[in-house]
Amino acid sequence: MFQDIGEMLLLFVRTMRALPYLWVERRKVFDQLFEIGNASLLMACILSLFIGGVLALQTGPVMVERGLANFIGGIVGLSMCKELGPVMMSVLIAGRIGSAMAAEIGSMAVYQEIDALRTMNISPIRYLVLPRLVAISCALPMLVIFAILVGWIGGAMVCAFNKDIAITFSTYFNNLRDVVEFKDIINGMVKSMVFAGVIGVVSCHQGLQTIGGPRGIGRSVTKAVVNSIVVILLLDYFLTHLLFEIQK
Amino acid sequence: MSDATTARQSVQVQIRGLCKKFYDAEVLHGVDLNIEAGEIFVIMGPSGSGKSVLLKHIIGLEKPDKGEILIEGEPIQGEGVLEKYRLAMVFQSGALFNSLSVGDNVGLYLREHQLKSEEEIERIVAEKLELVGLKDAEDRSKMPSELSGGMKKRVALARALAMDPQLILYDEPTSELDPVISVTIGEEILNLQKRVHVTSIVVTHDRDLAFGIADHMALIHDGRIVFAGTPAQLRAQKDPAIQEFLKAEMKLKNPKETL
Repeated sequence: MFQDIGEMLLLFVRTMRALPYLWVERRKVFDQLFEIGNASLLMACILSLFIGGVLALQTGPVMVERGLANFIGGIVGLSMCKELGPVMMSVLIAGRIGSAMAAEIGSMAVYQEIDALRTMNISPIRYLVLPRLVAISCALPMLVIFAILVGWIGGAMVCAFNKDIAITFSTYFNNLRDVVEFKDIINGMVKSMVFAGVIGVVSCHQGLQTIGGPRGIGRSVTKAVVNSIVVILLLDYFLTHLLFEIQK
Repeated sequence: MSDATTARQSVQVQIRGLCKKFYDAEVLHGVDLNIEAGEIFVIMGPSGSGKSVLLKHIIGLEKPDKGEILIEGEPIQGEGVLEKYRLAMVFQSGALFNSLSVGDNVGLYLREHQLKSEEEIERIVAEKLELVGLKDAEDRSKMPSELSGGMKKRVALARALAMDPQLILYDEPTSELDPVISVTIGEEILNLQKRVHVTSIVVTHDRDLAFGIADHMALIHDGRIVFAGTPAQLRAQKDPAIQEFLKAEMKLKNPKETL
């Protein structure tokens, strides 16, 4: 495990060192951005609409019972911004894009394509890892903004149409506007950027480490997704703590 | 050495006491070889004797446990050596990039290193593909999954040629190919040596190809070089193991038909 962590840190440092070549690899970055956005936007919107809705559904009746119905907007708004938006989107992207990254790079490793790159003196880090890491680090925060907005709307719809809650859109959004600050959205963006880096590095590392045949590729994909999610959830606690301290 | 001075200049390769172990299995036991600039050097040997591992060491894909590989007297693992000399390899499987078209595969080296303009790259890609018998423009837009085994190998050769290499390594260049294409590949290896004087190292089982193209040959067995010399010297060897390898034929006890 410690060897893997060391290798992943090294991979991250080497990828950062390859940043001056970003302009050369810009086409691949755009391809990856399109792949991540196109493959995930609809799913992200559906997922966050329901997360916002569930959040309102779970908290709404309890708050109404205690005469706090006007505060539901703030609770849903803040939860989506600071926690559920970044974490749930990162888990979704780890499953959809992290797995694809590990599978593609893993199959290139198994079928000697990475060896072929090396013989051409083309760094696999520059050619494969850099565009993916940059693309996911740009795409995930953007997806999170979508997710937050759609989650808010999901919560508002449940509040308006559920007879046990029954608060108006304006009450919901007025409270949301009072409670949620711009720094809360930045908080979610910072988290999602860190999680994007985790997904990119873990998935590319697993892909590059792939040995054996199709079974090896399958193993790498599973490890990439599981390890990414575990690291995201662990880091989430420490990041929340850190950002909380910074924002004090 | 600048690009201008290294252009079309073949390189000398020296292998000194090369040892390699994978876990408990010792694959190479102190291999020593000298490959002169501009020659075609063929390495033969039975399956599992360490030929491909040796080839991977020569191009820097594997690090030796002991010993060294010198390109023009400089250790291959040394700083900047792989940037200084243009080394190319034609993999046994072709190792084409499955997500790129044939044309993009062949032009990848030039594009990634930004060595030529886009028009020039297109011209070089067409020229190299024509050299290996793929003249049609529509071949360039095909994906590797649409190609036969033989075509993949020819594209891999074109990709190596696009690098204008000083040393080219071939891993079983005629395996999976029909006899007619095998002859074409053999002739292309010879033509390349005549035209650009490139140093070629060929690993093969194909005795006809080996004796047809080699300036010097080596026979490897269980990770040890058991012979190194000219094809004529190899033929003259009395060692029964060598003779058995050279003269083995497909003779079944009860063949259904004979040619």
